[in-house]
Amino acid sequence: MHSLNRRNFLGLTAGLSIATLTGCGTTDSGPASAASTPRDGGRLRAAFAGGGAKEVLDPHLANLFVEAARSKALYDKLADLGPDVSAQPRLAEKWEADAALTRWRITLRQATFHNGQPVRAEDVLASYARILDPNRAFRAKSSLALIDLPNSRAVDERTVEFALKRPFVEFPNALAAFGTYIVPAGSEDFTAPVGSGPFSFVSFEPGKSVLLKRNADYWEGAPHLDELEFVIANEESARANALLGGQVEYAHDLTPTTARSHAAGDRMAIHRAPNSAVQAFAMKVDRPPFDNRDLREAMFLLADRPQLVESVLAGSGQVGNDLFGKGYQHYADDIPQRTRDLDKAKFLIRRAGAEGLTVKLDTSTAAAGMVEAATVFADQVKGSGLTIEVVTGNKDSYWADTLKNGSMSSFRSGAMPIETHIAQRLLTGSGTNVTKWARPDFDALYDKAVSTVDDAGRGAVYREMQRSLHAEGGYLMWGFADWIVGAAPNVGGISTAPANTLDWARFDKVWLG
Amino acid sequence: MSLRRYAARRLAIGAVQVLAVVTVVFLLVQALPGDAAVALAGDNPDPRRIEEIRVAMGLDRPPLDRFGSWLWGLAHGDFGASLISGRPVAEFLHDGLGPTLVLALLALVLLVPMSVLLGVLAALREGGPLDRAVTTVTVGLHSIPEFALAVVLIALFGVQLRWLPPTAVGADLLAEPAVLVLPLVVLVARPLCSISRLVRAGMIDALASDYVRHARRLGIGVNRVRFAHALPTALAPAVQQVARTTDWLLGGVIVVEAVFVIPGLGTTLVDAVAGRDLPVVQGLAVVFAVTTVVVNLVADLVVFRLAPRSVAIA
Repeated sequence: MHSLNRRNFLGLTAGLSIATLTGCGTTDSGPASAASTPRDGGRLRAAFAGGGAKEVLDPHLANLFVEAARSKALYDKLADLGPDVSAQPRLAEKWEADAALTRWRITLRQATFHNGQPVRAEDVLASYARILDPNRAFRAKSSLALIDLPNSRAVDERTVEFALKRPFVEFPNALAAFGTYIVPAGSEDFTAPVGSGPFSFVSFEPGKSVLLKRNADYWEGAPHLDELEFVIANEESARANALLGGQVEYAHDLTPTTARSHAAGDRMAIHRAPNSAVQAFAMKVDRPPFDNRDLREAMFLLADRPQLVESVLAGSGQVGNDLFGKGYQHYADDIPQRTRDLDKAKFLIRRAGAEGLTVKLDTSTAAAGMVEAATVFADQVKGSGLTIEVVTGNKDSYWADTLKNGSMSSFRSGAMPIETHIAQRLLTGSGTNVTKWARPDFDALYDKAVSTVDDAGRGAVYREMQRSLHAEGGYLMWGFADWIVGAAPNVGGISTAPANTLDWARFDKVWLG
Repeated sequence: MSLRRYAARRLAIGAVQVLAVVTVVFLLVQALPGDAAVALAGDNPDPRRIEEIRVAMGLDRPPLDRFGSWLWGLAHGDFGASLISGRPVAEFLHDGLGPTLVLALLALVLLVPMSVLLGVLAALREGGPLDRAVTTVTVGLHSIPEFALAVVLIALFGVQLRWLPPTAVGADLLAEPAVLVLPLVVLVARPLCSISRLVRAGMIDALASDYVRHARRLGIGVNRVRFAHALPTALAPAVQQVARTTDWLLGGVIVVEAVFVIPGLGTTLVDAVAGRDLPVVQGLAVVFAVTTVVVNLVADLVVFRLAPRSVAIA
């Protein structure tokens, strides 16, 4: 039954991407078509999985992929993530920090909301105040929590000065964080949302469809499409069938199997964003058995990563090296790729005194491929002296359950800057620290990194942190899944950038050929 | 006891049944791991944030307290509001009921005459080629589960031949009736078998019964005997099966809704349970329980009219 309502929580954590950076974005387009020359006009229908009751048009409440894509069409953030998952200016034309890195001056672009009002410094402050409201629970709250709002101010119509509670050179990452959209000051009713994005609102039927139309006055240039309609189809097969049957022109989030069977046909063009969602197993380093470093290393060495990618991801992905953010800014690509070494793993398991031990691996269908990966890995561990027992838990409460309980669990995450990944998951005070990695020296390195202005110097600190995670961390990151989107062959301009980044599901750059 | 008193008593019992169902559903959802805050936090389960969401949703109140105020609201015709979107539950029920009703009614309009016709024809030619053909086809259809039939029909008529739209995604069901063809075929296929088999068996029994033989001896015309005397009795057992089918259809057939992208009550229920959105789940439980009680009552009354002796009204 799980597949009937599979929904992909996006989150800062879930998302994907990286392709443009590495230049390895691929498009298995069937026939060479009219898709190569941009053309104006037409209505594009895009099928996404939805959330029924959960669906909202309030961009600060957005949680699902479809909500993120709609928010992006209707609204802007001050910054957003580029192809290498670093913050790029959007509504902010530029940003400057003072020497202490605690006061940031943001200059806004000349942009207008769909109601004709200009986007003012006051709107920015009001939007952030809404997100930070202590009585509410917006997702972006933790990303913006370091802003000292009472001491921030509007310098003039188009200049905001933010005061921060601590020095933070990566402040643009916060401006680009998931859900930090700018809404007109005082917005509370989102039944007819007003934003500054490339499309403006026409109509909404929850759980069914949203219709938007071109914003001719968009500050970055009007979209090619006249109209954009988001429709909801929770089943992956239904999205693929609707695309094949000509009922939609864009089908989000297809499986590798669907991609493989239709790549050669002429009815569907497959667009892949490589190195997208990271697939991993999380070991808790604060409790037996994985408080033993040798045992963690043994697990790293037992994983046959190419086999996992081939079987679980059906080849639509790449192997991982136990580090988050392959291809992203500051990724430590100089660390040698780990490969399977059964003999050394056996030796380490013996040395750890773990021979004959059975370890439970918690998994669930909360994300695609997790149960399959756990099963394949349990098989790979056979013959090492250690046994892995796969336990499938409830998918709806899976992430909260595995944050607290067990010693090893399936894990996945989408794109976010490496700094954000560390801040959310690897510091002593992190809110979602699944591996329970809590080290004062590591925390100190993070503080050093985020107060180092010099890019190269900061990069060196991030690399040092990644070396220690690679050597003895709790994440066994075995692969990066491609993100797969299907489109009609005449659709052009689909980017291969990761979900959660600016160019993913960015329909103002798409056209119907 | 008069028919009216019987109906009134059944309705009173029904109200108690609805209350019981709603209470059990509440307890079951409470027993599920995680609450709406955990489900909403998803893969970002920061305990501080989950606590904030919990407070924002009012989940920090004791469960009994929440159930009590929900019941109190229900007594005043207020189904409450979704924990997650804050929209009134009545709106969810209204949105989901539309597509489910359209499908259920159309399926019944096709199903009832077709199954009666097939059952009667098969009974009148018992053992003949027509009877054997009807039996083979309906039993064959009955053995195919809905999802399998749906997948095959979509692949063939929707994707390969492109005769019919493969899904109803984004469509207005009544404005584009073509999208309903495949879902209706899938919905009708299995009940068609069970109901036509019941009609056939009932008809064969009735035609062999004493009163039919007596009617024939009195010289009443063949067709009059068959359709005015035998058929009503033959239909009585089938009515109960039609009632069960109606109940099944009105519950929103989840598989069919999912495969064909029809946002009916089944989809609403799956979404609400996954999100632990208790007020919506409770609202649906009320609707489903009321539907079951009413449909079964109506079926009993119909059977009583068709064949008064076949229902013991104590």
